[in-house]
Amino acid sequence: MKRILVAIKRVVDYNVRVRVKPDGSGVVTDGVKMSINPFDEIALEEALRIKEKGQAEEVVVATIGPADCQQQLRTALAMGADRALHVQTDAAIEPLTAARVLRKLLDKETPVLAILGKQAIDDDANQTGQMLAALWDRPQATFASKVEISGDKAVVTREVDAGLETLEVDLPAVITTDLRLNEPRYVKLPDIMKAKKKPLEILDLGSLGVEAKERVRALKYEPPAGRTRGIMVKTPEELVAALKQKGLA
Amino acid sequence: MSTRVLIVAEHDGGRLNPSTPKCVACASGMAGAEIVVAVFAADGAAVAAEAAKIAGVTKVLRVDHPVHAHPLAAMIAPQLARLAGGFTHVFGPSTTFGKDLMPRVAALLDAPQLSDVMAVESPTRFRRPIYAGNAIVTVEVPAGTQLVATVRTASFQAAGAGAGAPVEVATVDVTLPSHTRFVSVSSAKSDRPDLQTARKVVSGGRALGSADNFKILYSLADRMGAAVGASRAAVDAGYAANDMQVGQTGKIIAPELYMAFGISGAIQHLTGIKDARTIVAVNKDAEAPIFEIADIGLVGDLFQVVPEIEKLLGS
Repeated sequence: MKRILVAIKRVVDYNVRVRVKPDGSGVVTDGVKMSINPFDEIALEEALRIKEKGQAEEVVVATIGPADCQQQLRTALAMGADRALHVQTDAAIEPLTAARVLRKLLDKETPVLAILGKQAIDDDANQTGQMLAALWDRPQATFASKVEISGDKAVVTREVDAGLETLEVDLPAVITTDLRLNEPRYVKLPDIMKAKKKPLEILDLGSLGVEAKERVRALKYEPPAGRTRGIMVKTPEELVAALKQKGLA
Repeated sequence: MSTRVLIVAEHDGGRLNPSTPKCVACASGMAGAEIVVAVFAADGAAVAAEAAKIAGVTKVLRVDHPVHAHPLAAMIAPQLARLAGGFTHVFGPSTTFGKDLMPRVAALLDAPQLSDVMAVESPTRFRRPIYAGNAIVTVEVPAGTQLVATVRTASFQAAGAGAGAPVEVATVDVTLPSHTRFVSVSSAKSDRPDLQTARKVVSGGRALGSADNFKILYSLADRMGAAVGASRAAVDAGYAANDMQVGQTGKIIAPELYMAFGISGAIQHLTGIKDARTIVAVNKDAEAPIFEIADIGLVGDLFQVVPEIEKLLGS
């Protein structure tokens, strides 16, 4: 079966203003709204659209993390994913560990595409998709803004510093999504009800044969060096005068 | 153990990208580091010669191959990973080139990666931003762990000119995949300075209202010799090209002057500009968050203010 695997991550919602704990031991996440990482939502949307075009038959969504992550898997199922895989763990998961876990899931699911968000908005690492492609020894098309599947190939337009780059990759391949690839659909209430009946399989790291290595240790968290509010001017003349005073005009 | 850093050069085939001397500056933050720059190109002579002149560089490795006419992570990664033997650190820039490539290298090396390194405290201890720059984390890896990192270029001053290092032609015997093919690249060509390295940047938000209205910013930028940037909202709306986006998921820049017109100042945008020396904000809304970080603010209609500033600068 032509299958697409989409990896998602539960993160602090995009609209939450994240604050560092006073003791520097982390950021405040208690009682904070959690959501699917926005880039992963775009990844799922793209997979669903490919399926709706008849170019794939099944969309499987996977995540790694504690029990609470099932909320996000259920949301993904409500969006339209067919099945969910939850690799349950309370351990801190580094990107390379995540990639190793996903690599095992690729063996299990043998998809034609693995689609991931380009980065998670919590650790901003931007690593897992590329690492997965390396471990799978398959192509990667990162930061995608357009994906066209034809037969056993994908033509992917990527957002790069120079502009837009187009690559052709053989399938199976890993694609990571940029913001302008699509606009994810809204979940409707009947879909939420239907999602409750869709299959959600729970796995653990041990049974997949992956160890959660923690090699990067966080020593302390600090708020960023703040910028202070400067002066307000009333007219363009004053603005240009202020620039000239700073030697900038 | 001595610190040996391998840096992958970013270039356009003929010239070195300014991100490379910044990676060298980051690596030089580790006392006594031996710094080797690797150049993957179709013909790397010019780029390698340029890299050899960066202060702090000990040696340049030049790997020429026709597949490197356009940099592809799938091609460079196995070669860079092979060259990385014996190096304690492998660095690349936190540009789309480095972000695409370095994790693939890290996975091949079974090495952890630190993204967007903004400060070096020791060869095993670094600082990096998370949560769109809302928090800075100090991280440590065990001594003896080979480490891959991308360097947040806005955090470092480019390394200067040095005495000149030897260039060595290297051949890397790995089988290159055929599964990934470059098709094309399209960029909005302009004579304006490059956004990532410009001393001055004029930037517009959704309030510009159309791609056509962005012309007033281009005109001001040309008067000032500035690059033009945009907020995500302006790019999403189609007013500006994607390569103009400044912010968490676009370009992180550190110009001497950043002028934001009609940009409200979402945290995701601010993270891209907070290293700018001077920030100027013009916005109709006096409550816009951009004013909280602006050095010079003006509440007003950008369609009146921009042409007036341009006129005043000309006089």
